[in-house]
Amino acid sequence: MKSKDSNECCCSGESVPCCSGKTNDTAINPTPEIKETVSKVTIHEWLNHVLARLGVNRSGWRVEPGLYRLGNPGPDSPVFVTANYQLSFDALRNAVKGIEGYILVLDTKGVNVWCAAGKGTFGTGELVSRIKDTGLSNVVNRHRVIVPQLGATGVAAHEVTEQTGFKVDYGPIRASDIPEFLRTGKATTGMRRVRFNLLDRLVLIPVELNQTFTRMLGIAAAAFFLDGKIAASGVAGAASAGLFGVPILLPWLPVKDYSNKGFLLGGAVGVATAAAALKDDNGRLAHKTLRALSYMLLLPPISAYISLNYTGVTPYASPSQVKREIYKYIPVMAGMAGAGIIMNTAQRILRLLKG
Amino acid sequence: MDKTRANTLEYNPDLCNLCGICLVVCPQGVFERVDSEIRLSNPDACMECGACALNCPRGALSVDSGVGCASAMIKAALTGGEPTCGCDEGCC
Repeated sequence: MKSKDSNECCCSGESVPCCSGKTNDTAINPTPEIKETVSKVTIHEWLNHVLARLGVNRSGWRVEPGLYRLGNPGPDSPVFVTANYQLSFDALRNAVKGIEGYILVLDTKGVNVWCAAGKGTFGTGELVSRIKDTGLSNVVNRHRVIVPQLGATGVAAHEVTEQTGFKVDYGPIRASDIPEFLRTGKATTGMRRVRFNLLDRLVLIPVELNQTFTRMLGIAAAAFFLDGKIAASGVAGAASAGLFGVPILLPWLPVKDYSNKGFLLGGAVGVATAAAALKDDNGRLAHKTLRALSYMLLLPPISAYISLNYTGVTPYASPSQVKREIYKYIPVMAGMAGAGIIMNTAQRILRLLKG
Repeated sequence: MDKTRANTLEYNPDLCNLCGICLVVCPQGVFERVDSEIRLSNPDACMECGACALNCPRGALSVDSGVGCASAMIKAALTGGEPTCGCDEGCC
């Protein structure tokens, strides 16, 4: 299930603070405990990133929450706030190489900043109590924390200031822009926009693959045993079109709705499979036409469904759009698949009857 | 849902104090400062993340933000519950 995803997940959830750690109103911790960290991300840690991207051990990539010292910071050094997801923490410390500062790690249950902010765990309540619990005001002179812009979905800057006296500075979306942000003191428009380039899209494939592979293998196996290798190849092709074709070709597919992007590619696979079936089939024209048509109906919904599921990880689709697509296209997908199954079964029965 | 609108973002310029935090937090460039006012220059780009509404100190913005993942929403539609994204593990 996609919903368990913690790296590129889908939770732009309700902004009600939930599990926001201790709601501790007690006095500021006078002797802060500061943990040590370094900018260098080790090979072992990079390997862990690969595993995390593959969706292995999904909730296990956690960093202990709290305050970290990076290099040899002083009372005027910047404070960066991040989530306790390993990839978020490592992206930050890797990006700020050579910069001495503090990292305040919030307890987001091992979920990245964007998803945790949507859920509210990367939120006002957790940030406020973490600032108080770590005694941050005794550590730095400037009462200012740099929060990643995508955390703004969970953090109300003015409320943090009201409750702690700390000013929230929204930093750039990508950690790699932090050095320039620190140098110039501001984030450019480009740093403030989400982008979704080929690499951003490619890294999403493994998790999606992990979640769909078994199911697709099952469907392909069923197609193989019920119908043969052309049908099985068709299923594999339609699944690949959705899993790989859609994210790779995303900006170039000339339709807006995600389902249609899938239908477009799945349609191509359907036509190719139908052509292969017509060429291969020595049966009567009526039978093979029915068979070919059944592929054209059955395969596109597979790609379209997978494509629709990518909405949760893209930075464009709004919940309203996803909802609209679900009501508009799920019935179409179900109808096409149903009609395809009926047609395929019909041609099979007809062949048996007519020998 | 109103079928004519792409999303649920609403802006009341009368409440705005021009602080500009919406311009900072919006990842999609929905807002623009024009002369001495803030305008919704690109409302269709809104992905309903809710950052602007949460950070607006004057309550001039509202948006229904929610789970944007299709499988969670399909499940919710079938079971009649609220869509949740399963950051549930060890949470709440």
